[in-house]
Amino acid sequence: MNEGSKKTIKTLCFAVLGMFTFSFALVPLYNVFCEVTGLNGKIELRATSNKNIEIDNGRDISIQFVSHNNEEMPWTFKPSEDNIQIKTGKYHTATFYVKNTTRKRMVAQAIPSVAPSNAAAHLKKLECFCFEKQELAPGEEALLPVRLIFDDELPRSINSVVLSYTIFDVTDYNDIEFAQRNGDYHSNHEMEPSI
Amino acid sequence: MSAVIESHGHDDHHHGPAKGLTRWLYTTNHKDIGSLYLWFSFAMFLIGGAMAMVIRAELFQPGMQIVEPEFYNQMLTLHGLIMVFGAVMPAFVGLANWLVPMMVGAPDMALPRMNNLSFWILPFAFFILLSSLFMEGGAPNFGWTFYAPLSTTYAPPSVTFFIFAVHIMGASSIMGSINVIVTIMNMRAPGMTLMKMPLFVWSWLITAYLLIAVMPVLAGAVTMMLMDIHFGTSFFNAAGGGDPVLFQHIFWFFGHPEVYIMILPAFGIASHIIETFSRKQLFGYASMVWAMASIAILSFVVWAHHMFTVGLPLAAELFFMWATMLIAVPTGVKVFNWVTTMFKGSISYETPMLFAIAFVVLFTIGGFSGLMLAITPADFQYHDTYFVVAHFHYVLVPGSVFSIMAAVYYWIPKWTGNMYDERLGKLHFWLSFIGVNVTFFPQHWIGLAGMPRRIPDYALQFADWNMISSVGAFLFGASQILFMFIVLKTVMGGKKATPQVWEGSRGLEWTVESPAPYHTFTTPPKVN
Repeated sequence: MNEGSKKTIKTLCFAVLGMFTFSFALVPLYNVFCEVTGLNGKIELRATSNKNIEIDNGRDISIQFVSHNNEEMPWTFKPSEDNIQIKTGKYHTATFYVKNTTRKRMVAQAIPSVAPSNAAAHLKKLECFCFEKQELAPGEEALLPVRLIFDDELPRSINSVVLSYTIFDVTDYNDIEFAQRNGDYHSNHEMEPSI
Repeated sequence: MSAVIESHGHDDHHHGPAKGLTRWLYTTNHKDIGSLYLWFSFAMFLIGGAMAMVIRAELFQPGMQIVEPEFYNQMLTLHGLIMVFGAVMPAFVGLANWLVPMMVGAPDMALPRMNNLSFWILPFAFFILLSSLFMEGGAPNFGWTFYAPLSTTYAPPSVTFFIFAVHIMGASSIMGSINVIVTIMNMRAPGMTLMKMPLFVWSWLITAYLLIAVMPVLAGAVTMMLMDIHFGTSFFNAAGGGDPVLFQHIFWFFGHPEVYIMILPAFGIASHIIETFSRKQLFGYASMVWAMASIAILSFVVWAHHMFTVGLPLAAELFFMWATMLIAVPTGVKVFNWVTTMFKGSISYETPMLFAIAFVVLFTIGGFSGLMLAITPADFQYHDTYFVVAHFHYVLVPGSVFSIMAAVYYWIPKWTGNMYDERLGKLHFWLSFIGVNVTFFPQHWIGLAGMPRRIPDYALQFADWNMISSVGAFLFGASQILFMFIVLKTVMGGKKATPQVWEGSRGLEWTVESPAPYHTFTTPPKVN
């Protein structure tokens, strides 16, 4: 075998390894891309750091709350109000009713998603039950709050926003540190149907 | 072995093939390995075809007739996987093995032992995949696209065997492509510059680069699935912070170049055959090369047109729509070049030419339905209907598969030294041509009318066209038995072929005797 062939083989082997690595690099690239552009309806799972975005003469926005149970998640989970009117630049607190209908202690994680996706970057949360896991004893029920605000840069074409939560059974995932991963993990997709 | 060492008289054992079964097991000869690939591919074509027959038999009438829905899903999944990875891809690799060294004037492939390895791991991959049919929970049932979480959270236990089978297939493809690239880049006869290479060689060079780029991504995707299933990661599991849509992005980043991997060698084959039987020089050689290269590059930036309905932002939908439509330009260049080559040529219609002309016409129909699917707003209507099934079967069956059959008829006199039976060849062509159109053309209409794909039952208004489609499928399936008979008959004997075989054929492979000697071009030929 001549030198040229050896060189070609070496280059191609590096290309194969490089592309294999690239396939895994797509995972963080995808998340960063979605975070930067706000595409995909993904919103950060941490409280906003900018607390001075309140203004007085905001415009009207209608919010619809949607709740989904993932797979066979047996809990009852629904918004207290389906539809509310708020103004941009004003905080509002909404609540979700949740009940553990089983006979065992369970842990749940709610994942939010916003439609249309270009509203996601303008929806800020001061507090949200989705920031941490929710643990309920058998038969226990709770009213989970979310305190949110739309900043005034929300595109004028948007008058109505859907905020959807999917609740997942993560009882068996206890070793996963959700709270620590707040910054880099994201919601399910906005179009993901409830199962 | 160096490319320029002549074989001497005392190396008697180098002059002919070894005897017995071990010849095939241990062979490092590119012609032997080419034949192994082609026979393996034909066996897989029959197995995958038998599964298609089960699917069409079930769809012959509305309602559940023959198989359980669970088994139908397994047939559907395995049919896709086997036809893509077992039939079409190995057939092209087999053709590359037989033809690339002879076309560039090399004595063999650059890495003969790796060549042996890359073939012999394939039967194991498909043994593993097919054995999953007999496992608890059955074979993979999530479609050949194996979208997560259907293929992770909801998959049968046999999915792990599927993952390893895909790993092995990927390793085989990667080794095969490295071999092809090294052979073409380093072992061409003196005087054969890149722009003098036969188009089949060009098409395979580009295909091999595509394989190198995307097969590792497929391996990465199934590895992530494996980790999600067994090691508690959450790449595609939303509860743990993953994203199912990410799976589709990764899969189609592999998947779209993959569909061009299955068609580019067909472009090369069609160019040779149309040129030969038109008795003219191919029109626009350089533009053919540039068209293939542009198609290959564009194939990396169009993947999301498979996922318009997942809820992409408007900007992305527009970008992927336009990028996809752009591919019609280089493809159109190729089609016009083929037509122009035939224009005013002294055309004769031997079987390879019939298949090649059918390839151009029917592949173009598949290309047009592809353009329809590229229109984002229309795609919301067509998505996951039989229109999509009709589209990709038109580009794959009368596209890729017809080109492989054309190649077999065209080069089999060179491989065996015997001419095939022209009358039977034409019969095979017409049966296949009618069969394929009767099968897939009506699927455009029932797709537009709203029949969803991958469902074992359908609404009553689709009954007539489904029955016709099934009849066409049985005809197409049965006519492949005739194909096997013709090939076997040619291998056994027939009219002796001349070295040039065809009146208008040109290229180095037609300068050696028919059948091609076991070792060719041990002394490199001089190319002007």
